[in-house]
Amino acid sequence: MAVSQLVGAKIHRREDPRLITGHGHYIDDFTRQGTAYAAFVRSPVAHARVKSIDVTDASKAPGVVGVYTARDFKGQLAGTHPAAPAFVAEKKYVPERFPIAEKEVTYQGEIVAVVLAESKGQAADAANMIQVDYDELPAVMDLEKALAKGAPKAHEAGPDNVCWDFTYTPLDLTEAAFKEADVVVKERILQNRLAPVPMEPRGVLADYEGFDKKLTMWLSSQNPHFIRLFVSGALGLKESQVRVISPDVGGGFGSKISPYPEDYLVPALSRMIARPVKWIETRTESIQNATHGRGQFYDCEVAAKKDGTLLAMRVVQYVDVGAYHGTFGAFQPVACLMAGGGYKWKGISARTIGVLTNRVPTDPYRGAGRPEATHLVERMVDLVALELKMDPVDIRKKNFIQPQDFPFTQNFGLVVDSGDYEKSLDKALQLAGYAELRKKQADLRKQGRYLGIGLSTWIELCGFGPSAATAPATGGIALVESAQVRVTPTGAVIVYTGTHSHGQGHETTFSQIVADQLGVPLDSVELRHGDTAEGTSFGYGTYGSRSLAVGGVAISKAVGKVIDKGKKLAAHIFEAAEEDVVFEHGSFHVKGSPDKSKAFGEVAFASYGMGLPEGMEQGLEAVAYFDPPNLVWPFGAHVAVVEIDAETGSAKLEKYVAVDDCGNIINPMIVDGQIHGGVVQAIAQALYEEVVYDESNGQLKTGTMIDYLVPSAGEIPPFILDKTITPSPTNDLGVKGIGEAGTIAASVAVINAICDALSPLGIKHVDMPATPDKLWHMMKEARK
Amino acid sequence: MKVNGFAHPAPSDPRRLLSDHLRHDLGLTGTHVGCEHGVCGCCTVLLDGAPVRSCLMLAVQAEGHDVTTIEGLAPGGSQLHPVQQAFHECHGLQCGFCTPGFVMSVVGLLAQHPHPTEEQVDEGIAGNLCRCTGYASIRRAVTRAAVLLAPLTPDPSPLGGEGANPADRSSSGGEGAGTSP
Repeated sequence: MAVSQLVGAKIHRREDPRLITGHGHYIDDFTRQGTAYAAFVRSPVAHARVKSIDVTDASKAPGVVGVYTARDFKGQLAGTHPAAPAFVAEKKYVPERFPIAEKEVTYQGEIVAVVLAESKGQAADAANMIQVDYDELPAVMDLEKALAKGAPKAHEAGPDNVCWDFTYTPLDLTEAAFKEADVVVKERILQNRLAPVPMEPRGVLADYEGFDKKLTMWLSSQNPHFIRLFVSGALGLKESQVRVISPDVGGGFGSKISPYPEDYLVPALSRMIARPVKWIETRTESIQNATHGRGQFYDCEVAAKKDGTLLAMRVVQYVDVGAYHGTFGAFQPVACLMAGGGYKWKGISARTIGVLTNRVPTDPYRGAGRPEATHLVERMVDLVALELKMDPVDIRKKNFIQPQDFPFTQNFGLVVDSGDYEKSLDKALQLAGYAELRKKQADLRKQGRYLGIGLSTWIELCGFGPSAATAPATGGIALVESAQVRVTPTGAVIVYTGTHSHGQGHETTFSQIVADQLGVPLDSVELRHGDTAEGTSFGYGTYGSRSLAVGGVAISKAVGKVIDKGKKLAAHIFEAAEEDVVFEHGSFHVKGSPDKSKAFGEVAFASYGMGLPEGMEQGLEAVAYFDPPNLVWPFGAHVAVVEIDAETGSAKLEKYVAVDDCGNIINPMIVDGQIHGGVVQAIAQALYEEVVYDESNGQLKTGTMIDYLVPSAGEIPPFILDKTITPSPTNDLGVKGIGEAGTIAASVAVINAICDALSPLGIKHVDMPATPDKLWHMMKEARK
Repeated sequence: MKVNGFAHPAPSDPRRLLSDHLRHDLGLTGTHVGCEHGVCGCCTVLLDGAPVRSCLMLAVQAEGHDVTTIEGLAPGGSQLHPVQQAFHECHGLQCGFCTPGFVMSVVGLLAQHPHPTEEQVDEGIAGNLCRCTGYASIRRAVTRAAVLLAPLTPDPSPLGGEGANPADRSSSGGEGAGTSP
């Protein structure tokens, strides 16, 4: 980029005015004339045979248009729920999934019937009148018990409960390193099951026009093109017959990537009754049915020398898959591949076991596998430091991959593109006042107070991704990204991207890139996304911190093509050689004669006129796809300071420092916002949130926001944020992702601080969520 | 009832929630519904100037009262209300779904405490959940809104000097430093 005026500047968001004034368009803000409203009847039990469904009363209820069960959708919907290979190429058993259950329900909330009525209230009333006779079966809840021989099965038809059992590197690979060890530490580390809880629940409005044979769907999605692909396939339509519009999306955090049963049923119903059909999820439906995150545990062993040199790790990951394989549920084993963190190891052996249970399926949730990896390795490194009585800072610095080592091929063959881990750690320690904090801790310990300091030196892989890695992982479609840039005769620039936004501010940041590159004012640039009828033929959505590092770069490439054509045309106008034409500050001139120039808008206008160079077509537009050569690798260092109340067990965050490196920054205000939000989501996992089921029968106990504790402002500490900037060599913009960084980093900073605070009591490890009740009991036990 | 200054008849369905009445009968879709059980605060509106959850009220209960929704704050379609301006300047929103509820709560908070302490800020927004921002920028937005509103309120001791002149409202300063597109 010639001149950077906008890139790197704190530009206030262009999407704000409509959103702040209530003029955004979320899914429930859309209506169609003649809409019928859907209410779903869901299984109240976790596992049962469906003996009979009596719809007699419901069918006669006021306003009811129709009542439908599984049989009504046979012939309307084909295939099974998609299950991407992701990081587990071989599966043992993937249960077939039809969007509505017929003979067996396998989690509380699974759909068994649907009512359509003239109003939402009438549909809900009639749904309550449907009588379903269930023959209850044992609920499979505990992962270890589920793996035992002869255990009850989550699906009656399944061979057992093993969805996958995949070894990345065999155990004997690390045997030699373990033999060298002076110390071996072992721990089982839990990852609490989480509900994503976007503030806007999901929803679908579908309108199938029978004479045109065209389906238009509005839904709250991070991934509209994938929804079009899956829904058209299931309904037996061509992709060209389906238009998916995902308007303003009120948060997603991964829960709006994959298609859901309702995404198939609602359009099928619209086709069946020849009317628009609408469904908006309730909050309880959301917590009960939207895919959950985490829900894992890890058995881990680390071998080290007594000087603190890390040698090898063995890790077995147990994933609670839930009742069905989530579309990208097998992404979560990426935690195994990232288990080494930012350190050098002689060997890591890793195995993942996916276990089917009678809970709602798990799928990616902000960070997806990478928070788990950071939590695992940063916890284990602290345990080694504790064993060796080393400072957690020293053991990290001793084992970091060093700046001169990049590009660094880690134990699983992934190539880490860049980094300077010690630099971000030093900066974080300085901002936290680490030395003074240790002094303060010693003083407070004498007074019987429990202050703890926790570190997290995190790394991430994101920006999915290279075609070679992602095409096999999705079953054929590479997660590259597309962009189209169209310049109108008057020089207005319309940019289409295949990514989407659910709060990340792409309308602003992507426009900053384009306006800078073209040297035009920001308000000349308009970004469009979220509608499969506009832009390139396929888009890849927003998740995995990929939008800028893949989509933003694709846009930049398309702009480059536009400039190239502009140069050809300008050369023709100037009667000069193309290679002598310079484009800078938004205008073209011949090298050496900057006074005789043509503004970008003038050349755009000329491109629609006559007398173009021979062979040049009219217009000024370009399409580009970006297939990145590698993933990008953000990193950073976080420090949490926690004091635990000796009387109540309550952990209070006193301070939180985050120094992150996402390469070059387009808009620092938005980057800080992503970090704040991500950190708080991880603090929530560490201290408050957990989806709890009754282990005896699979009943969800946290089905409202009263029981599922999303934190409010009062729970959040003051933040100190800073950056280091190590541009990524993987793309021309030098950018990495930042959407998940905070969530990847923070849970273990908080838990390490809690463990550090409680170490005088001999407590070495605390699992999440570290509730006052849990800590109080642990402290009481330890004092005995 | 009056909604944003205009009189409207109550809905005929006595079960109609105020939130559904505003959204689906009056077309005021800026009031959002996030949980419908009174926790998330997305549906917050002002009832006679005080924040209430419109999902926990029946529309008929608002008979004889003044309801203000997010659409009533900046009715002209061009000039933001100072609280909205502060959210914009401080990046107090990301996905924006919770934002109308927050803005209404903050308008109510600042009417009661024009110069809130940190504790009053946290308490004033404790009834609203946000999943995107981590609240840091929302806290700053509240403080900034108090500054922007200061010249408009009778108390002559604003929190800070920056932005004290109403003419500065759309320009940069303090946390709002930057360029508005």
